[in-house]
Order: sequence, then structure tokens, then C-alpha cells
Amino acid sequence: MRGPDVSWYITLSAFLFAVGALGVLLRRNPLIVLLSLEIMLNAANLALIGFARHLGDTSGQVFALAVMAVAASEVVVGLGLIVALNRNRIALDVDRLNTLRG
Amino acid sequence: MDDVLVWAIWILAGIACLGSGVAVISFSNPFFSAISLIGNLASLAVLYLLLAAEFVAAAQVLVYAGAVMVMFLFVIAYVGGRADTPFESGPGWQVIAAVLAAGAILVNIVVAIGLTTGGRLDDEADVRAAFGSPADVGEIFLTNHLLAFEITSIVLLVAAVGGVILGSERTRKRS
Repeated sequence: MRGPDVSWYITLSAFLFAVGALGVLLRRNPLIVLLSLEIMLNAANLALIGFARHLGDTSGQVFALAVMAVAASEVVVGLGLIVALNRNRIALDVDRLNTLRG
Repeated sequence: MDDVLVWAIWILAGIACLGSGVAVISFSNPFFSAISLIGNLASLAVLYLLLAAEFVAAAQVLVYAGAVMVMFLFVIAYVGGRADTPFESGPGWQVIAAVLAAGAILVNIVVAIGLTTGGRLDDEADVRAAFGSPADVGEIFLTNHLLAFEITSIVLLVAAVGGVILGSERTRKRS
């Protein structure tokens, strides 16, 4: 018997992605929508690193690092939007944010 | 014996990962959700270590569980994490549709990966000892994937400028 092979990691990654998608669809608070987006990005990272180990190719890990940097940028912009909403006294509820007009 | 240990760590980390993921989307207070996400990221770092990705695991703990989550907690403290009830917000059909859509995404991923790779996922490549070390990752990042590296730095620069513009005091009053 050996350790878990890549299919176990991919299955876990698929479940984690579904949990993140459920959070994005279900929750109304933009802060928790951002946290759920982080879960989805990390599920993709887990799949990338699992396949990198499976194929013996470090490129997958390099792309996981790139995804991490993009996730950090996304958090900066998302949190900036939330702070701007809060400053303009707009309710933090994604159902009510249905227009892009300032 | 080693394999039993690896399985035990995998099962513990996997349960912690899924459990904290569900906790993130089911707490009504965003503060507790952010704390759960730190647990999720830490258990993912354990899984990365099992996959021989030492550098990515270290970056995960430093960048994600450290820097990004501290920023999240600051913003939650700033806007005053007000609670919304997780499963009773919005009309009932929205909740049912959300659960159906997430289940459909899960089935879609499993079927797509199973059909494409089915049966070829059990022969794992043998990797050398340096696989996933900082030197290994850095060398490939700065040779084969130099364009990705440069584009990543531009994306980070644009995000930093955007964050400053969004956060600056000069915001118009809503008319």
C-alpha cells in the first residue's frame, strides 16, 4: 500500500471548489463572498500541485504561486471596494448592489 | 508503516480542509469565517507538503495565512462585521438554486476529470529529492515561465494602485 495517489487530491479539490461555489452563490455578505472565492482559488491550487507531483513537473507549482499572487491582487481590489462601499454608507449586501452607477 | 502515517495525515488534513471550508460559508459572523479560512489554508499547506511542494506550502502560510488574512481581519474590524443569517437570507428558491448549482459544478468537475484521465491516475512519476525546493521552483520560474513572472508583477502593481485609488479619501458624495 502506498500513500494517497493524485485522484484523492483531485476529488478533495473538486469538493472544496463546490463548497466555495456554494458560498459565493448562497451568501449575501460581500466579505464572505470574497472568502469563498479564496476557497475556490485554493481548490484550483490543490489540483495544480497534485498534478505537478503526479507528472513530476515543477511547472504546476510555479502556476500555483502565480495563482496566489493573483488572489492577493483580487483581495486588495475586493476589500478596497468593500471599504469604499462602507464609506459611502451603502449596505453590504450583494443583492442590493445591482448597479454600477456611483 | 510510512504509508499508514501518510494516509493518516492525509485523512486528518482532508477532513480539516473540508470542515473548515464548510465552516467559512456557514458562520453568520464574517470574523469567525475568516478565522476558519486560516484553518483551511493551514490544512492545505499540510497537503502541499505531502505533495512534495515545500516552497509553495511555506508561501501559502506566509502570504495567505499571514498577510492576506490579516488584511481581511483588519477590513472586517473596520466595517464592523455585521451578521447575516447564512441559510435564510433571500428567498427560498435562491437557496435551493444555489445548492443545485454547486452540486452541478461538483458533478461536472468529477465527470470531466474522470472521463479525460480515467484509469491513468495511479502511476505516479518518481521525483528527485530536490523536487519542489525553492531552488527548483525559482529556476523554472525565472527561465521557462519568465513571462508569467513578469505579468504577475504587473498584476500586483496594478492591484496596488487600484487599492490606493479605491481607498483614498477623495470619494464623491452620492447624489
